[in-house]
Amino acid sequence: MTDFEPRITAFVCNWCTYTGADLAGTSRLHMASNVRIIRLPCTGRIDPLFIVKAFERGADGVIVSGCHPADCHYTSGNYHARRRFAVFHDFMEFLGVDPRRMTFSWVSASEGAKWRDVVNEAVSNVRELGPFDAYRALTPEEPAAEPDDPSAAATTAPAEVKAS
Amino acid sequence: MSRVGVFVCHCGENIARTVDCAAVAETLKDHPGVAFATDYKYMCSDPGQTLIKKAIEEHNLTGVVVAACSPHMHEKTFRRASDQAGLNKYMCEMANIREHCSWIHEDRGEATAKAIDIARTIVEKVKHNQPLESIRIPVTKRALVIGAGIAGIQAALDIADGGHQVILIEKDASIGGHMSQLSETFPTLDCSQCILTPRMVEAYQHPNITLRTWSEVEKVSGYIGNFTVKIRKKARSVDEDLCNGCGDCYAACPAKKIPSEFEAGLGKRTAISVPFPQAVPNIPVLDRVNCTLFKGRRKGLAKDACGKCKEACLKGAIDYDTEDTFIEEEVGAIAVATGFQLYSIGREQPEGLKGYGEYGYGEVPDVIDGLQFERLASASGPTAGAIRRPSDGKEPRTVVFVHCVGSRDPDKGIKYCSKICCMYNAKHAMLYKHKVHGGRAVAFYMDIRAAGKGYDEFSRRAIEEDGAEYIRGRVSKIYRDGDIVKVWGYDTLSGEQVVIDADMVVLATAMRPQPGIQELAQILSVSYDEHGFINEAHPKLRPVETNTAGVFVAGACQAPRDIPDSVAMASAAAAKVMGLFSADELEREPAVAIVDESTCIGCMRCQSACAYGAIEQRDICTVDGHVCGHVAYVNPGVCQGCGTCQAVCLSKSVELQTFTDEQVYSEINALSAWE
Repeated sequence: MTDFEPRITAFVCNWCTYTGADLAGTSRLHMASNVRIIRLPCTGRIDPLFIVKAFERGADGVIVSGCHPADCHYTSGNYHARRRFAVFHDFMEFLGVDPRRMTFSWVSASEGAKWRDVVNEAVSNVRELGPFDAYRALTPEEPAAEPDDPSAAATTAPAEVKAS
Repeated sequence: MSRVGVFVCHCGENIARTVDCAAVAETLKDHPGVAFATDYKYMCSDPGQTLIKKAIEEHNLTGVVVAACSPHMHEKTFRRASDQAGLNKYMCEMANIREHCSWIHEDRGEATAKAIDIARTIVEKVKHNQPLESIRIPVTKRALVIGAGIAGIQAALDIADGGHQVILIEKDASIGGHMSQLSETFPTLDCSQCILTPRMVEAYQHPNITLRTWSEVEKVSGYIGNFTVKIRKKARSVDEDLCNGCGDCYAACPAKKIPSEFEAGLGKRTAISVPFPQAVPNIPVLDRVNCTLFKGRRKGLAKDACGKCKEACLKGAIDYDTEDTFIEEEVGAIAVATGFQLYSIGREQPEGLKGYGEYGYGEVPDVIDGLQFERLASASGPTAGAIRRPSDGKEPRTVVFVHCVGSRDPDKGIKYCSKICCMYNAKHAMLYKHKVHGGRAVAFYMDIRAAGKGYDEFSRRAIEEDGAEYIRGRVSKIYRDGDIVKVWGYDTLSGEQVVIDADMVVLATAMRPQPGIQELAQILSVSYDEHGFINEAHPKLRPVETNTAGVFVAGACQAPRDIPDSVAMASAAAAKVMGLFSADELEREPAVAIVDESTCIGCMRCQSACAYGAIEQRDICTVDGHVCGHVAYVNPGVCQGCGTCQAVCLSKSVELQTFTDEQVYSEINALSAWE
């Protein structure tokens, strides 16, 4: 548990947060190395299933970050994202994913330091929660955990996962 | 089967210091679908690019991943290189292992592992890239310049001289901006009006420039080369075609005691007025807030309370019932040059800023700001150039100049240096000493920042030749004591407290962007910093471009700027606009959404999600012409490539090229291979 290094996938927009992360680099702001960025044009492009997929493929946490409200490069993509994730947030909780594993934030192109803080905070939150293996426990490929095996479901919180 | 080439750049020491580049290349060599991997010191250099081109040919690569800096830095460079080697340029992507890895981590092992992950993710993406053709779009060769201060005028003149039509819009009644208010300019003591007014007239008379004063930008739609701009022409109450600028109307106006904005509150104006005698155009504006007639109308009086200006106007140019009108213009490029305002030290401050209680919140009448001093020193100002203090009109025998009021003061909300104050304070001290013989000029400063051609010599001249006393230290308190203004300060060089009985105090208050800049930035979809200054696309290499293609920036709306800087930026922005106008067509990235008509169910959710109106409904007809359903269609000329439509599509029928579901899911899946 002590040597657990969280794996965090970040979905960020190209114009604000990706550029903000670039600025963090240009400013040599050191931060935890646990985050892998996937660049998208806009947070509006982010299908909630991307997040589900990331968890399914072994991420322990997810960051979604884009332009501040009213600052979207594409006028309103971030508003679509905000509404979408407000609903999605509750859905993930219903699925049994601790909402603290997901960080939603606005980081503008000029906020390199904020990006560092978002990264470090997300990493420390997820570190505290421990590895996320609820999905892996249900994956049929894994020999130890058959989807119908009640013991696998019992070790992990969300029995509802199968229902979805 | 994909044959991807991976090229890992050391960026000198920038990446290689924390990332083992050879290990990254070595690991990626074994990744499925990778046909070639290598590392090199400077991938962006000519030999580096040649290495990529040769590898494409020799190994018959189907995709290229350059693991180096941010794609915002060099994506174009490497795509061009791929293109030259015969590989479709959209088959080339960058893995950012510098800004997002080597520069932000210290542990070599961690950074190398992360760099491998990043490169692997992008390799997986590239395996699903499709060769695409750039979109060609026509360019409207007309420019819009917003703000007609010295920067806007210069940009408009340069573009117009280059043979293109320019629409120059200004929110005030006259063009000229702050420069028209200045007395003399540093470091040459040129008369500001003398060098500016000829340029104003030139802009007014230029056959390629359409001037729109008393106008503001209401809405901007479209994209580079093809913007549609909606301009609000505010109601002037004066017909611009009929008015001959005779001035009979303002002579007749009974409301004569309105503080003049042009005179920085030190002079008065009438309700119908031109801001200053050399105004361009010389056409008055009726200020409806202060006009007796409109005050009466607002109270609901049955009969108009005044009408003197209309009576006085022999041309019949005055019409009290005009309303705001709107004009639509098609332009291909936009230059923003909205300039600055001065920080007010008053009690009322916008959010995040504090006033200056210790300086009396600006309520001591003989404590003025730099712009007010400019008006006092100006030959066309309220005192005709004589230095007289506002409270009683006496000639001040001792004047204190305070540097850095607001600027470089994080506690007050402004961290930056306003750049021009050191120079204009030296100028003010000099002008004062020239005009008031035997007068005493004392300046409190933090540091003298006189970087510029002839600048340090100038500020030294103020001290050494004109005898201004410079005290290094801050002023702690300013208050009125009978007839005098007491200034308490501290001399940090002698370590002593200083108290000066001054007759007048001039505060060099900070430069801030114009009010309303955030709203304008949102209309233009450009980003701004925490202070409201417009962000340039790159602080070093793209100083006059913004993040929105086709929108350029010049002058003090981008950061504090003096006149030579503003003019240089304006000419640079004009050169960029003319570069854009040099081709009849533009190439645009094919990052647009495409609808699969065979699966689209015609729910049109994408249409309501699209911020650009790029999505239309298309009928599907049977062979005999009956409409049997409809599908969505994305206009590639209008689509900006945000992908919001794809995320709302129920039947997964719309796909954003360059960021398809397949590409994104491959990236996510690649991350499952984390160690």
